[in-house]
Amino acid sequence: MTYGPSAGPKLVKAPDDHAHDAPHEPVFTGERLVELERICGRYPTRQAALLPALWMIQEARGWVSEGAVEEVAALLQVSPAHVRGVLTFYTMYHQHPVGKHFVQVCTTTPCNLCGAEDVVNAFLRHTGCGELGVTSDDGRFTVIEVECLGACGFATPVMINSAYLESVTPDAVPDILAELD
Amino acid sequence: MGYPHPRHPRETPVLSEHFGDPEARTLDGWKKRGGYQALEKALSMDPVDVQNVVKDSGLRGRGGAGFPAGIKWSFMKPDGKPHYLCCNGDESEPGTFKDREIMRWTPHALVEGVATGMHAIYAETGYIYIRGEFTEPLQAVTQAVAEAYAAGILGANAMGTGKRLDIHVHKGAGAYICGEETALMNSIEGKRGNPRIKPPFPAVAGLFGKPTTINNVETLTASAHVVKRGADWYKAFGRPDNPKSTGTKLFSVCGNVARPGNYEVTLGFPFKEFLWDLCGGAPPGRSIKAVIPGGSSVPMLTADECDGVFMDYEGMAAAGTLLGSGGVIVFDDTADMPRQIARLARFYAHESCAQCSQCREGTAWTTRILDRIVRGEGTYEDLDTLLEIGEQMSGKTICVLSDSCATPVASGLKKFRAEFEAKISKKQHVAFVPAQLVTAGGA
Amino acid sequence: MTAPASTAPSAPPPPPSTVKVTIEGVQVDVKPGISILEAAKQAGVLIPHYCYHPGLPVAGVCRMCLVDVEKFPKLTPACATSVADGQVVHVHNDKAKAARTGVLEFLLINHPLDCPICDQAGECELQDYTFQEGRADSRYREPKRFNPMEDFGGDVLYVPNRCILCTRCVRFMSDVAKDPVLNVSERGDRAFIGKAEGHDLTNVWAGNVVDLCPVGALLSKDFLNKARAWELDRSASVCTGCSQGCNVVLETRDNVVVRVKPRTNTAVNQYYACEVGRQSYRAFNRPDRLQSPLVRTGGNGLATTTWEQAIEVAANTLAQAKRVVVIASPAMSNEALFLLTRVMGPTGVGRVQVPTGPEAALPGVSDLALRADRAPNGQGAELLGFTRTDALVASIAPGDVVLVADPDAVAGHAAALEAAAAIVVIGSHLPDALAARCAAALPIATTAEEEGTFTNLRGRVQRFLQAKAPPGDVRPSWSVIGDVAEAMGRGAAPMLPADVFAALAASHERFAGLTYARLGLRGLPVLESAGVTG
Repeated sequence: MTYGPSAGPKLVKAPDDHAHDAPHEPVFTGERLVELERICGRYPTRQAALLPALWMIQEARGWVSEGAVEEVAALLQVSPAHVRGVLTFYTMYHQHPVGKHFVQVCTTTPCNLCGAEDVVNAFLRHTGCGELGVTSDDGRFTVIEVECLGACGFATPVMINSAYLESVTPDAVPDILAELD
Repeated sequence: MGYPHPRHPRETPVLSEHFGDPEARTLDGWKKRGGYQALEKALSMDPVDVQNVVKDSGLRGRGGAGFPAGIKWSFMKPDGKPHYLCCNGDESEPGTFKDREIMRWTPHALVEGVATGMHAIYAETGYIYIRGEFTEPLQAVTQAVAEAYAAGILGANAMGTGKRLDIHVHKGAGAYICGEETALMNSIEGKRGNPRIKPPFPAVAGLFGKPTTINNVETLTASAHVVKRGADWYKAFGRPDNPKSTGTKLFSVCGNVARPGNYEVTLGFPFKEFLWDLCGGAPPGRSIKAVIPGGSSVPMLTADECDGVFMDYEGMAAAGTLLGSGGVIVFDDTADMPRQIARLARFYAHESCAQCSQCREGTAWTTRILDRIVRGEGTYEDLDTLLEIGEQMSGKTICVLSDSCATPVASGLKKFRAEFEAKISKKQHVAFVPAQLVTAGGA
Repeated sequence: MTAPASTAPSAPPPPPSTVKVTIEGVQVDVKPGISILEAAKQAGVLIPHYCYHPGLPVAGVCRMCLVDVEKFPKLTPACATSVADGQVVHVHNDKAKAARTGVLEFLLINHPLDCPICDQAGECELQDYTFQEGRADSRYREPKRFNPMEDFGGDVLYVPNRCILCTRCVRFMSDVAKDPVLNVSERGDRAFIGKAEGHDLTNVWAGNVVDLCPVGALLSKDFLNKARAWELDRSASVCTGCSQGCNVVLETRDNVVVRVKPRTNTAVNQYYACEVGRQSYRAFNRPDRLQSPLVRTGGNGLATTTWEQAIEVAANTLAQAKRVVVIASPAMSNEALFLLTRVMGPTGVGRVQVPTGPEAALPGVSDLALRADRAPNGQGAELLGFTRTDALVASIAPGDVVLVADPDAVAGHAAALEAAAAIVVIGSHLPDALAARCAAALPIATTAEEEGTFTNLRGRVQRFLQAKAPPGDVRPSWSVIGDVAEAMGRGAAPMLPADVFAALAASHERFAGLTYARLGLRGLPVLESAGVTG
């Protein structure tokens, strides 16, 4: 499927990415399975544990593969189609592998007013990604624009993996990247 | 404090009193600051009395709709069914970042508010839904909940009262629409965040099909203060001539403004003084052109129109806009209005859940037209089309995301039409033909 | 109670049995709790809609059915709003119409203008409503969204560009078929109907998503590019695929059956048909039809002859029998089977074999399944006195004349008929094994080519109508068998199938009181008795 131009660029599958073809190693074994069952206990239905379960998969593997969809569907007694519908609804779940450092720059209006697009361009230039949604050749970075991060008073907020950076300016980008491994 | 700036003397800190104070994040620190006295008091009261105190206080929903919180609670009757309280921490209305501060600086204040609300609506289980991007608030609230369980504040015997109070934190995963109350419930249930058709309303069949109340982070946090200090104390905040809007409210200020941040003022505060005195007006050397006063979904005001406006539900309505979530977005004279409005439309196109035809197609169409105008390829007819499709997108869908896209476009077009027309008139219709090709005698 | 009503202790008034609503000026009394959309149907008003379908849970997403209800501040979706007493609803006022025109324009902005190559054209609700109420032009100047076609497996093809995201298909698969392999993927205008990887639409009921799709987004691969909707002739019929008796429409083009579609009957199949039923049309188009009556000649071969001579030969052959053994087909109409019992006479025996296969229920509908009995009228045959057996050709004695009316079932066992004095075949085709021995072969019409009734497994008698002309000299089964019976001196030949049915009803208690007129096109159950219902 291709996507319409109404929204910003999406994460794209790299042409040489064969992660999708690899056999699926179960995510929910041992401690993680225990944790999932514990989470299920918070809700009257097993289906309600789907968002937390997808988060666990992404934390473990960096993205959610087709095999993981089947696995979590069986565990939570829902259909794989339902899981895929949910997975594709929420933009924070990755349907493809992403760079080691996943950079999300807020460019919605309040930040845009404060020059967020210059921050995006600085990240694209300094990471070597060049293009939004594309992972850099060394596999270290993926940069995307993200819709409102809810920190508009701290323009421009940038999320790198789970870390929130506030009031980022284009000049600060090289130093930010230098701190990353 | 006008976090992250020093507190302005004209602020009235209730919710924001401990912003920036790391000690307030811990259970001990919170207790030293008077924490959990409200919950203790609430648990000693009949739920109906808790409802009544909040009803009397005039506290209204701070998420945007402004529905009286006590009345919402009073819909919940002891009917023997499981009840749920959902706390809406999906804060994602562009321009709004107040709940984030409550959650990351005073997470126990929220836990206390949620527990108080649960008692008032006969619920044993509450879910705090926090958007997935809020990693720091998620961590702070999760930690606070764990501390509250360990201290016996939550659990099977909450504060030794024999009452069960369970609170769970549910992490979102990137969807603005989950801030809509029924979409949030679907999201907790492990579904796509699609808003549901109403009726049935949540108080009848909400989360997991059971009677449910959903309140915003700020509302629940404020409710604990109301219970602790009484309705009269809370009612005293506000314009004396407007008893419909009481209490304090956090306003988030962002965009082209000298001192962005969160400010807590009493409802009814004069908007102009707020913008210029507290927030410092536009950045140095510039002037304010327009303001969106209640989160990106509400009509915008020009700088002149901010004069004489009061910051409460009625005051904003009188000015032709809405108090909304209290997210104030400031545009200064350097702001390219068509470009910024196009960016806002793109936000809504990105976030539409895809259920209703008008919203799914209309938000995207609006975005494409605006993008074309910004590229210099627009026509005058486009402006009429934008207004007409905006009309078709308003008041016709399951939720108001569609309206939210149409509203700023319509008000932007109405108030800054000249900027749009300037982009259109610059268009080069005639192709450039090098002179040497125009030879005598033609072809 | 003798006390006057006014002083009686007040009991809560019983809930009203009906509510009065006025829709487009027509006042109707309807059941409380039904939707405005359903109430409008009773008032004779069609409220345009896409996502609503009476067999599916309400979604309320297409927003096409917005109506103006007096005292409501905003337009309200008729599918998701219950009727209330005294409600006044406007469907065709300017406000509601403008909203529909708006929805149509939104649905069309990304919809391709490919009606000339779309199978749905002519039976497309997007076309119909746009023609009625859409704008004459589109104001959309931007590039259209494009997604490639996708094979959903089974018989279903997905054309996302035409999709209006009404989600009927998703709801059918999850709530009716209980095989949730479809979803809505992504969101905003990037959304499309997705299918779980590795889970195809192979469910035997999955073909219904093609019928449910109000536009040309879900297509039948089998029907792809076969015919334009307006070229088709349609006839009410009953499915021959199994004993459920699903009501169907046979669609023909140039006298060839090209498609079987379900016909709504809430007592039998609701709105649905299974894949076996949909494929049953192939049997009607068999190329190896017996097209003329044949009789055995002196040279021991079969020769084409006139109907008069063929019936005479058949009648004479049968009349010489010590015992007539009728091997009936469970695909024959009640009328044909009834007349076969005349030919059989009081000393004859009648047998019928019903082919079987695995049963496949449609879980969301009570008592609807692809039944194990893969023939439409096994029940009718038994009710009319035929013995159901898998030993069709057992104990054929010298002196028996065998009337084979189910050539396929007997073809493989022709050797067992050696002992018979003679064989007469009545069928739509003539297998070689029977051609070698039969004294006469009388060609008859298929279900698609004649009129008649079937009795389904629950004892419901349902009519089917003629959909196409039979080939060659072929005549309806009831007519042929009636003539043979008359030639044998066993009753006058009927003139119409209705006459046959009247005679049947007069002589079989279980069918008493039924007539074609009473059956209509939805059918009626035979008289209740053990062994039929349940």
